[in-house]
Amino acid sequence: MSTKTTAVPSRPTQAPRKRGASPMKRRQNAAAYSMVAPFLVIFVLMLVVPLFYAGYLSLFQDRLVGGVSFVGLENYVRALQDPSFLGGVLRMVKFLLIQVPIMLGLALVFALVLDAGILYAQRFVRLGIFVPYAVPGVVAALMWGYLYGPDFGPAAQIAEKLGLPAPDFLSNEWMLGSIMNVVTWEFVGYNMIILYAALRSIPSELYDAAAVDGAGKVRTAWSIKIPSIRPALILTLIFSVIGTFQLFNEPNLLRSLAPNVIGVDYTPNLYAYNLAFINRDVNYAAAIAFLLGFVIMVVSYVVQLSAQRKERAA
Amino acid sequence: MSNRTHHRSRRGAALVSGAAVLTLALAACSGSVDTDDSSSGGSGGDGEAATAELVSQEEIDEAMSTPTKLTFWTWVPDIQNQVDMFEAEYPEIDVEVVNVGQGQEHYKKLRSALQAGQGAPDVAQVEFQMIQSFALGDNLLDLTPYLPEGTGDEYVPWVWEQIKSTDGSKVFAVPQDSGPMGLLYRTDLLEDAGIDVPETWDEFGQAARDLREANPDAYLADLPGNDMGQFTALLWQAGARPFGWDGGETVTIDVTSDEATQVAQFWGDLIADDAIAVDPDFNDAWYQGLANGKYAGWTAAAWGPVFLQGTAGNTSGNWGAAPIPQWESGQQISANWGGSSDAVMASSENPIAASQLALWINNDPESTLRLANEQFLFPTLVETLEDPAFVDQEAEFYGGEKVNAKFAEYSTWVDADFAWLPFMDLAYSEGEETVGKAIAEGGDLVAALQAWQDALVAYAEQQGFTVEQ
Repeated sequence: MSTKTTAVPSRPTQAPRKRGASPMKRRQNAAAYSMVAPFLVIFVLMLVVPLFYAGYLSLFQDRLVGGVSFVGLENYVRALQDPSFLGGVLRMVKFLLIQVPIMLGLALVFALVLDAGILYAQRFVRLGIFVPYAVPGVVAALMWGYLYGPDFGPAAQIAEKLGLPAPDFLSNEWMLGSIMNVVTWEFVGYNMIILYAALRSIPSELYDAAAVDGAGKVRTAWSIKIPSIRPALILTLIFSVIGTFQLFNEPNLLRSLAPNVIGVDYTPNLYAYNLAFINRDVNYAAAIAFLLGFVIMVVSYVVQLSAQRKERAA
Repeated sequence: MSNRTHHRSRRGAALVSGAAVLTLALAACSGSVDTDDSSSGGSGGDGEAATAELVSQEEIDEAMSTPTKLTFWTWVPDIQNQVDMFEAEYPEIDVEVVNVGQGQEHYKKLRSALQAGQGAPDVAQVEFQMIQSFALGDNLLDLTPYLPEGTGDEYVPWVWEQIKSTDGSKVFAVPQDSGPMGLLYRTDLLEDAGIDVPETWDEFGQAARDLREANPDAYLADLPGNDMGQFTALLWQAGARPFGWDGGETVTIDVTSDEATQVAQFWGDLIADDAIAVDPDFNDAWYQGLANGKYAGWTAAAWGPVFLQGTAGNTSGNWGAAPIPQWESGQQISANWGGSSDAVMASSENPIAASQLALWINNDPESTLRLANEQFLFPTLVETLEDPAFVDQEAEFYGGEKVNAKFAEYSTWVDADFAWLPFMDLAYSEGEETVGKAIAEGGDLVAALQAWQDALVAYAEQQGFTVEQ
């Protein structure tokens, strides 16, 4: 959001200086730079340098026998033909198309319901939906491991009582859905809070106008609230796209329960990690990570572009 | 609990965030493009002279009375007890014990530290199968000059073979514990079903099928698809020798030999008949299965008996121990599953003190007896294996049987000539992806062996090795 610029003093029209800014301006600049310096230093050291270093690494090959050699883009060519990498990316695309709409849809509904103020235990419900986000991943995996368990999990027990076969949540066919479920549970609250905050900042005059026009709650939500929080929706969408392609924690944790269902290449991120630490192929892992970053960039850009186009058309 | 948690303790990895950027950063941290990387280990210990001349007792005495700080990475529970004993013996030596994770986590961190050239411990726990993986890259100090002559004779012969270099000229670690295999079984469940304890694998297969018929809730055994350590031990026991390394650029990969195929065929048939379970091991559901009678037996290793007491305490008195079933009746062949050692890193600045720590903990009779009786590490020191305080224990859990004595006997049945690849973490990981998957899904195990073979050969060639198949 742009800040209002009322405080800018009207500048007397004077001849522009030959070069540079006034001493006052320069001092201001210096102060500003010194204030962002801590961030910049950390940003460069922790993000930019490793990024370039990884890019540099990805151009080499380090073999257990024979040592290091420069191979140019060979690692990238290999990655683009690697069924493990491509399979992982495809799996994530599937995940994206199914899980993200469900999660964001739920988050939006929760946010709208909370914003409408039609619940009694408003705070309690809000907190309840958000709490899973605060549960550490390890604890969440233990919990879901129990819930999904084929022998003593509640679903299995209910199925047994009903004389049905226990649903095998951890089998090949169900696993992706099971992970979607965990991720949705974890992040609905997080997205809801973003959307809810955006809803709270809608000027109330709009509601008054809508009420005058005779709009009900549903109509208000559809025609005023949702269009007003479009930027927040796009934000959550892009966060979700990025999060999906970087999926790592949940499958990595569920591996202990179903080690032969979730392979080392189940998600691209998991694959890069295992390449680096099990295959001892850091260079190839760097190439995979870079390619993954590229995929995320492209998909995020496409999402943003299409959202903007719709906005312009609207 | 050293042996059984290898490659399944991936929990720690979760702490690493999933962010791609972080993956990059990780990759960057652990990466090294120093061209002299492979030779850097050679300049490690200052005692590593051109010839392996014994370090004199005076030098050792001097080193042990000089204030020294050592770092020791291990995941053995309560190892602090032994370290305290060591420090009482050598008050000038200050040992910091660090548990950086179990199995795979431990190795990942160790390798990263070694590659980074800093932060590596002086002494680290290394399982038998991983020793050659760290020997490649010259990360391990040759202990020969630091150990008294004849140290090797004090250990079980096949165990000593496991910790030497491939040509037998160097000693890379001091053995800590081992896991000769045996069969643990529920006496009550087998009796109820009218089944005798199987002595051969044929009888085992028949017993597995009979038990299913008599007791549909139970399986005679579980073959986990995530435990390549166990599967490899079964190959070992059948006489297969799937791995080898000449210490240089040639590796031997032969997981499709007749013996290995026989093992795959045998278990594959049992799985196809639903005669055995195929659950992943060492997770909660599996512990429950041991406690509630889902598994009436376990093709276990020597560390198994005590582990079982802790896991299935409610079944006390109902278990028995027997030799692992044989491929030919009358044979006496076992194999090793698990087992680890303490190795000194070549980068250690205090090679004498570090090697004395590794030696003392695993050589002092009192220390090893405590390791055996309190931490349940199955001994590798012959003296401890024969110590009445260990072997003559009567285990109530096993109906008063002297289980330790039995496994001490099975330990003498292990063939010594089992070798490893210099990249066993990858080999096990690929094994899980191929053989393990086939086990879990009831697929064709023989075809899976071929897939494992292909994956290993492809990796080895890609890494520049010459492969003998």
